Amino acid sequence: MKHGELKSLDLAALWQGLRRPDPMGTDRVVPPTGITAQLTVFAAAAMAFLAVFALALALATGRLAERWSNELAQTVTVRISAPTEQMDQQTATVMEVLRTTPGIADAKQLPDSEVEKLLEPWFGPDVPVEVLPIPRLIEVSEAGEGFDAEALRLRLQGEAPGAVLDDHTRWREPLVRAAGRLRVLGLVSLLLIAATSGAMITLAAKAALAANGQVIRVLRLIGARDITIATAFVRRFTRRAAAGAAIGTVLGMIAIWALPSVDEAGGFLTGLGFQGWGWLWPVLIPLAAGLIGFVATRSAALRMLREVR
Amino acid sequence: MIEMQNLSFGYGASEPLLADMSLSLQPGSFHFLTGPSGSGKTTFLRLCYADLLPRSGRMIAFGQDVSQLSRDGIAALRRKVGVVHQDPQFLDHMPVADNIALPQIVAGGPVDTDVIRDLLDWVQLRQHGGALPPSLSGGERQRAALARAVIMTPELVIADEPTGNLDWEMSMRLLDLLIEFNQADKAVLFATHDLNLIRAAKQRVQARVLRIAGKRLQLAGADL
Repeated sequence: MKHGELKSLDLAALWQGLRRPDPMGTDRVVPPTGITAQLTVFAAAAMAFLAVFALALALATGRLAERWSNELAQTVTVRISAPTEQMDQQTATVMEVLRTTPGIADAKQLPDSEVEKLLEPWFGPDVPVEVLPIPRLIEVSEAGEGFDAEALRLRLQGEAPGAVLDDHTRWREPLVRAAGRLRVLGLVSLLLIAATSGAMITLAAKAALAANGQVIRVLRLIGARDITIATAFVRRFTRRAAAGAAIGTVLGMIAIWALPSVDEAGGFLTGLGFQGWGWLWPVLIPLAAGLIGFVATRSAALRMLREVR
Repeated sequence: MIEMQNLSFGYGASEPLLADMSLSLQPGSFHFLTGPSGSGKTTFLRLCYADLLPRSGRMIAFGQDVSQLSRDGIAALRRKVGVVHQDPQFLDHMPVADNIALPQIVAGGPVDTDVIRDLLDWVQLRQHGGALPPSLSGGERQRAALARAVIMTPELVIADEPTGNLDWEMSMRLLDLLIEFNQADKAVLFATHDLNLIRAAKQRVQARVLRIAGKRLQLAGADL
């Protein structure tokens, strides 16, 4: 027999065997294994539960990174700190500079009332803004691909020395980077969970196959094809993995759903969850678990069958 | 049906256990295989159903060179050959009737309950059809194994010391069943070291006796 012949136990044939119902009761040839079955279902459920959280983390951090990136990228502030007698003139100069700078959609000076609101958390509601040397703030909205920040900074420096361009780059980038890293961590966690599930199912399948060495020998003796033997095991483990993962996924989704609703004050933590169509993503977890069970058991069955002629 | 030409076999790189063996098994033939313990009877039988491959020589089974068969090809070959061991193995979690039906189940065909019932009657295990194999006695296990071996109406039944653990009466019952099977123009290859059984059988069926001696297969003479 050539070594490569076992490869004829291909995925397509096995998948077809899995999809068919089992009217002949071929699966019965594998004896029920109580504790192995229960442990496989439990492990798949626990892994799926964790996967739901990892998925929620990945999605939430993805949203966060996108939001920070978008919101902060679109707004730029020009702060004017100048002596009182020059304030109006420098403000007018800055407005003119901004008006003539390509890539700027809009520039508007924040009224005193809004500046008061910004200062309120630090100075209280009764702060006399008019007597304080408060800088003027001009909010700038970018258009299209934005403007050349460095060129604008130099121009402002030349025409209005008290004006400082703040494009939030300094503090925005680390935040966006952190959110991006968290998203990667979420995805890596998902991969680790998938790999761990695969390892656990492989161990369980190998244990079941080893315990059923006599079954396999009897089946080969009476003329069972490898595909028939493998399918009986693969079908069983695929179903266990998918069923366990379905239970874990439902529990995980309930846990996510029961988290406090999104709150501005809560920030990131209360935003951990799924939104809209995002609730459909966890549905993939039992499918992925079934696929992992399928591949892991198939590989274990192939190795085992190789040892039995 | 089965043609062996100058087969030799050895485990690993050791000296050959069997050498230069030639045999032709034809439909309707009945062969006994005898020889001392350790002479290689079981090894020879395992070669016959491709559980082992020869080191050299050629074996043609049902028109196909066994060394060229794929794993599925070997499975197909085994559906044409029923095997009964001295210590037959069953799936202990399935009732006897289901164990007998096992070749039909794994072949993907419909399980013919009439055939199962007839076979249970034939081997006189009707009342044990629902029992689990561990509850069967030695003789009952051998008869259940025989029923399982013939359910696919194979061309050949290979029996490896099936009476080794049985008393004389039970051995004769099993022999009767094999003779009955043989009368349907099927071949039987029966390994035993019980010369009394062979003598008794020769009075009821035209059987040839083969003996493994000195690593070689010989036709036994009248010295039995």
